[in-house]
Amino acid sequence: MTVQPEWPLYEIFVRGKRGLNHVHVGSLHAADDEMAVRHARDVYTRRNEGVSIWAVRADLIVASSPDEKDPLFDPAGDKVYRHPTFYDIPDNVPHM
Amino acid sequence: MTDTLQPDNLALDFDRTIERHDRIEPRDWMPEKYRATLVRQVAQHAHSEIIGMQPEGNWITRAPSLRRKAILLAKVQDEAGHGLYLYSACETLGVTRAELTEKLISGKQKYSSIFNYPTLSYADVGTIGWLVDGAAICNQVPLCRTSYGPYGRAMIRICKEESFHQRQGFELLMTMMSGTDEQRAMVQESVDRFWWPSLMMFGPPDAESPNTAQSMAWGIKRDTNDDLRQKFVDMSVPQAEALGVTLPDPALRWNEERGHHDFSQPDWEEFAAVVAGSGPCNAQRIAHRKRALDEGAWVREAATAFAASEAGAAHTAATGETR
Repeated sequence: MTVQPEWPLYEIFVRGKRGLNHVHVGSLHAADDEMAVRHARDVYTRRNEGVSIWAVRADLIVASSPDEKDPLFDPAGDKVYRHPTFYDIPDNVPHM
Repeated sequence: MTDTLQPDNLALDFDRTIERHDRIEPRDWMPEKYRATLVRQVAQHAHSEIIGMQPEGNWITRAPSLRRKAILLAKVQDEAGHGLYLYSACETLGVTRAELTEKLISGKQKYSSIFNYPTLSYADVGTIGWLVDGAAICNQVPLCRTSYGPYGRAMIRICKEESFHQRQGFELLMTMMSGTDEQRAMVQESVDRFWWPSLMMFGPPDAESPNTAQSMAWGIKRDTNDDLRQKFVDMSVPQAEALGVTLPDPALRWNEERGHHDFSQPDWEEFAAVVAGSGPCNAQRIAHRKRALDEGAWVREAATAFAASEAGAAHTAATGETR
């Protein structure tokens, strides 16, 4: 068996219909960008699941650390006043 | 973050995530044995989808009508898609596609024993849809909640599509059962052959399944082999009645006390032999997969060369430099 270098990995995002975000659906290997979109169509939209596909080289994605305790998210941890439920409003005040 | 780098804390985080029935994601720390168990299970599952294309693919050129041919083509294409979802999930655990393919071909990783049985008549296309895909659905629905995120997400996509597989098979059999005596006999003969191998799809009895306890503790498996087998039998009995076929087990009967059907065990020696490589089609299935890989090599090489030349042309256009 000849060992070939692996084709690059692409992460695939599909917009289900107009008005919705593209959502990550999975990944695949392709030799180039155009093949990635074609393969994504065959692998992830065989049943009209999408109207638009994004294929992104996985090695180009910039990600935060996987750790749930990542200090990156600490600033949001102690700011309960950013949520509407933080504020007590009497029940008889309408439309609030 | 330094405290979480201690191995004990990492293990504790992992255990707590499992206890909360939360999902483990690719870049999380996980015990090596958890990773290895998942690689084994997801790879086996992916290989089953890919090898599973062969028994039914056998009938594509001989499907009796254009409608049946289109359905069968779509189904076999789905199996390829399912294999790809699962290979992708498996690769997030740090193995390469090439490695997985090599281990399938060299026999180091297994696939479901069911695909080592031949499809001798066209009725088998229907029986595989009804019984084999039905058993697969029983196995796969609980796996949508498996603890490893990418595996669970692949299973959700697969389960959505399997329903078509089972229904087309059942409809095919119903059509044959409303045909001639000869067609009805074909269906019965096919069900007789596939019933026992279908029961084997759930794996050995719990008492002889050494991995089950750990896999359940880790939330990889959600039900035991015997529980799933029972569920499949209970589901299949009324379906067989609706179809008008007999399931080939004289001991099969409703047990009021248990609220389940009693049934006979398949021949576990046969199962062991098929898993070990002595099934009717083991050699043929692997030889076919290897041939497809070898004969497709030039296509993959050409695509790689084309991508490289396009990238070179784009670079030249952008910079005026050739490379």
